[in-house]
Amino acid sequence: MSRARIVLGVFLAFMLVAPLALPEFQVTLLNYIGLYSIVALGLVLLTGVGGLTSFGQAAFVGLGAYTTAYLTTVYGVSPWLTLLGGLALTFAVSLFLGFISLRLSGHYLPLGTIAWGISLYFLFGNMEFLGGHTGISSLPAINFFGVLLDSGRKFHYLIWTLALLALLSMHNLLDSRSGRAIRALKGGGLMAESFGVDTAGMKIIIFVYAALLASLSGWLYAHLLRFVNPTPFSINAGIEYLFMAVVGGAASVWGAVIGAGILTILKQWLQDLLPKLLGQSGNFEMIVFGVLLVLLLQRARDGIMPLVVRHFPGSNKPLLPATQALPMRARPAAGEKLLELKAARKAFGGLLAVNDLSFSMSSGEILGLIGPNGAGKSTVFNLVTGVLPPTGGEVSFRGERIDTLSSRAIVMRGMARTFQQVHLLPTMSVLENVAIGAHQRGEKGVVSAALHLERSEEAKLLAEAARQLERVGLGASVHEQAGNLALGQQRILEIARALCADPVLLLLDEPAAGLRYQEKRSLAELLRKLKSEGMSILLVEHDMDFVMKLVDRLVVMDFGEKLAEGLPQEIQANPAVLEAYLGGVK
Amino acid sequence: MSSLPPLPPDQPANLNAEIALFLIQDGLTNGAIYALLALALVLVFAVTRVIFIPQGEFVTYGALTLASLQLGKLPGTAWLLLGAGLAVALVELTQALRLGAARRIPAIIFKFIIAPAGLLWLTWWAAPQKPALTFQILLTLALVVPLGPMVYRLAYQPLANASVLVLLIISVAVHFAMTGLGLVFFGAEGSRTPPFSDAQFKLGVLNISGQSLWVIGASLGLIVVLYLFFERTIYGKALRATAINRVGARLVGISPAMAGKLSFTLVALIGALSGILIAPITTIYYDSGFLVGLKGFVGAIMGGLVSYPIAAAGALLVGMLEAYSSFWASAYKEVIVFTLIIPVLVWRSLTAHHIEEDEE
Repeated sequence: MSRARIVLGVFLAFMLVAPLALPEFQVTLLNYIGLYSIVALGLVLLTGVGGLTSFGQAAFVGLGAYTTAYLTTVYGVSPWLTLLGGLALTFAVSLFLGFISLRLSGHYLPLGTIAWGISLYFLFGNMEFLGGHTGISSLPAINFFGVLLDSGRKFHYLIWTLALLALLSMHNLLDSRSGRAIRALKGGGLMAESFGVDTAGMKIIIFVYAALLASLSGWLYAHLLRFVNPTPFSINAGIEYLFMAVVGGAASVWGAVIGAGILTILKQWLQDLLPKLLGQSGNFEMIVFGVLLVLLLQRARDGIMPLVVRHFPGSNKPLLPATQALPMRARPAAGEKLLELKAARKAFGGLLAVNDLSFSMSSGEILGLIGPNGAGKSTVFNLVTGVLPPTGGEVSFRGERIDTLSSRAIVMRGMARTFQQVHLLPTMSVLENVAIGAHQRGEKGVVSAALHLERSEEAKLLAEAARQLERVGLGASVHEQAGNLALGQQRILEIARALCADPVLLLLDEPAAGLRYQEKRSLAELLRKLKSEGMSILLVEHDMDFVMKLVDRLVVMDFGEKLAEGLPQEIQANPAVLEAYLGGVK
Repeated sequence: MSSLPPLPPDQPANLNAEIALFLIQDGLTNGAIYALLALALVLVFAVTRVIFIPQGEFVTYGALTLASLQLGKLPGTAWLLLGAGLAVALVELTQALRLGAARRIPAIIFKFIIAPAGLLWLTWWAAPQKPALTFQILLTLALVVPLGPMVYRLAYQPLANASVLVLLIISVAVHFAMTGLGLVFFGAEGSRTPPFSDAQFKLGVLNISGQSLWVIGASLGLIVVLYLFFERTIYGKALRATAINRVGARLVGISPAMAGKLSFTLVALIGALSGILIAPITTIYYDSGFLVGLKGFVGAIMGGLVSYPIAAAGALLVGMLEAYSSFWASAYKEVIVFTLIIPVLVWRSLTAHHIEEDEE
C-alpha cells in the first residue's frame, strides 16, 4: 500500500470517530473546516488550476444559505428541495456574471466579484423579508432518511461526506479530457484554442462549478446553525476563502482542506491571543492573515501543498487498455489541392505585413516558406491557422474557404500546428500534454468527467497520445514532466501533439530553431518519415541547410510579398533570392 | 455619505428643485473625490500593473490622522510610520549587506529610521499645542504619504514581475493588513473633523457650502497639478514612458523600482488628501476607506483602467448615482452603486473584440 493510501485511511478513520470522541468545541471546528473546504475547493479549481480569481465566493455561500432559510421557514419547503433551488439560483447568477466578465481580461472577474459581493451583502442586510441585519432564525433540522441531524455531532457526517465527494469529483475532473483543457487555461490559452478547446466556455464552466460548491456549503451552513444573518457572507469572508485556496495551493485537491484547516485553526487561536496582547477587541487576525499571505506569495507562490505532495511520490498510472482506436478522418488523395492562398493580405495599421500573397500546395508535399526576418512568414502562418483574420484575399483548405473561421474550427477540419516558441504545460506529463492535441476528437464533458463516466473515451484518447509519442520516438518519456525535456524533445513533443489532432496538413513554425546539430538531424528524419506515411507539411524555417535538404518546393517571401517559388535548386540559383538574403553583390 | 438634512416625518419625500440641486451638489462633492481616487488608480495600474485596492486605507489614514491632530492627540500613524520604516530598513539593510554595498547603510538608517523617528517626535511635540490647520494638514501628509512607497517596497517590489492576478491578491492582502492596523492605531470609533470653512453661499434657492467648494476646488487643482507633473517634469515623463512600455523605459534607464515607488507616492498623496477633504463631510471609521476607494474603482473600470477622462467622468457619475439613491432608497445606496458595475461590464464585454491572451 502506498503512503498516500495509509494517510487517507487514517484520515477517514479519524473523521469517522471524531464526533464520538472529541469534545463539542473540536467537533464544531471540524465542521467549519469541512464547510470552508468545500468553498476553497472551488477556488482551488478556479484560481490555482484555472488562473482566475473570485473574491465573491462568500456571496454565493450566502445565496445558498438564504435561499434555504427563506423557503424552509416561510413556505415550509423540504430542505432537500431548497438545496436544488439554491443551486439553481446560484447557477443562473454565476452563469450571468461569468458571461459578462470572463470575456474581458483576467482582472475584471475579481473586481466584478468584489463589487457584486458587496452589493449582495448589503442586499441581504436591507431586505425586510430576509430579516434585515438580524437575519432568519429557527431553520428546520435536516431529516436524513429518518435521522434528524439536529446536533453538530450528527451533522459532521453529512458535511464531511459531501466534502469528500466534492474532493473526489474534483480529482476525477482534473484527470480527464476536460481537466486537461482547464489546466491549459493558465498560460496555455492560445495553444488550447488551436487544438479545439473553447477556453472562454471552459472559464465560465469552472466559475459556475466553484459557485455551485460555495452554494452547497451555504446550504449546509444554514442547516448546521439553523440561523442565518448577513455577516458570514461579507466581502471579508470572501477574501478569507481565497486566502485558504492560496495557502493550500493547487498542487493537489487536498490543498483546499489543508488551507481551510490552517486558516480556521489559526484564526481561532489569533482571536484568542491578539485581543489579550493588544488590550482591545477587534478582528486583529486580519493583520496576520494579510502579512502572511504577502510573505507566502513572495516566498512560496504555490502554497503549502507542494511541500506535502513531495512526501507522497505517486506511482505512474498504467495506461487504461483501449478497446478500439479513435476514428480517423478520410485522407485526401496524393496530389489533391490542399491549401490555397489567393491574394491574401494583412495590414496592421499602415504596415502591410502580407501583401497579396498567392501560393498553393498539394497533398503529400513538404512546402517550405522561407524569407529574411520580418518578411511576414509568421503572419502568413497566423492567417492560415485562424489566429488572425486576413484584411483581404482568400484562404482555402481542401476546397473550403477558411479565412473567416476561428482556429478551433480550423483544427477540426484537419490542420494542426506547432509553435515557434514552445507552448507546453511544464508541470503536466508528456502524455497529458500530447493528449490535449486530441481534445476535439473526444466529446465527453465536465459532468461525466467528474463522475468518471467517460473512462472508455479517455482510454482511447490517451492510447492515441501514446501511439503518437511512439510514432515520433518519445515513447520512453511518456510519464516524464514535459518541462524536464530538452528543447529538441519539446519540439518533437509539439509535433506529436499536433499529430494527435489527426491532421492531413501539419504546420510547423520554425521547428529547428534553437536545436543542436544532432537534434536537427533526427527532426529531419522524423519529418521525412511522416511524409512517407502520406502527411503534408508546411514548414516555416530559417535554417537554409535544413530546409533545402528536406522540402519538395519552396516559397520565398520578402517584405510581405512572394519573391520566388520553385524547387530548392532553382531557388538556390535565383538572383533575387540571393540579393534578398545576402544583400547586393556588385 | 450624504449630508442631507433629515426630512420632517410629516413631509413626503418629493423631489423639488431645491432638493434636486442639493443632491447635485452632494453628488459632485463626493464624485470629485471619487474622481481623484479613480485617476490615481488608473495611474498606478498603468505604471505598475497593480490594482491598488488599499487606496481606500490611505483615505482612512489621512482622515483619521487629521482628526487625531485636531483633538490634540498623537495620531497612531506616527507609530505606524516608524514601524513600517523599521521593516523597510531591515529589508534594505539585508540586501545592502548581501550585495556588499555598505556605503548605502547610513542613508538607509537616516531615511527609514531617523526620519520617521524625528517625525514621531515632532508630532508628539506639536500635537498637544493644536497648531494651525495648514500645519496639521502638512503633518498629516508627512505621516501618511511615505507609507505609500514603503508598502510598495515591502509588498510589491519583490513581486514586480508577477501576473496582474498575483499582484491583485497581494493588494487584497495589503488591504486586509492595513485595515487591521487601522483598527489597532485608531480604534473602532469613527471621527469627523470640523469643516475647513463654515461659509455658505446663496445661489438662488441653493445653499452652497464652503466645504463643497473646497473639495471641488482642491480636486480640480490637484488634477491640474498632476497634468503639469506628467507634461512638464522629467519624473512625470518617466512614469508615462513606463506606463506605455515597461521594457523600453527600462532600456533607456528608468528603473522600474523608482517608477513603482514614485507612483505609489502619488497614489498615497492623492489618497491622504482625499481623506483630508472627505473627513469634514462624513464620519470615517477605520474600515470606511475600503468602500470609498472601491467607488473610485467603479469609475476607473468604466475607463477600462486605461482612460483618465472616462475614469473621472465615471467617478462623477458614481457620486451622482449615490446622492440620488440615498434620497430615494437610502438603504439600498451601496447596492445600487456597486451593482452599477454590472451594466458597465456588460457594456465593456460587448465592445471587447477578442479574448485577451493571458500572461504568465
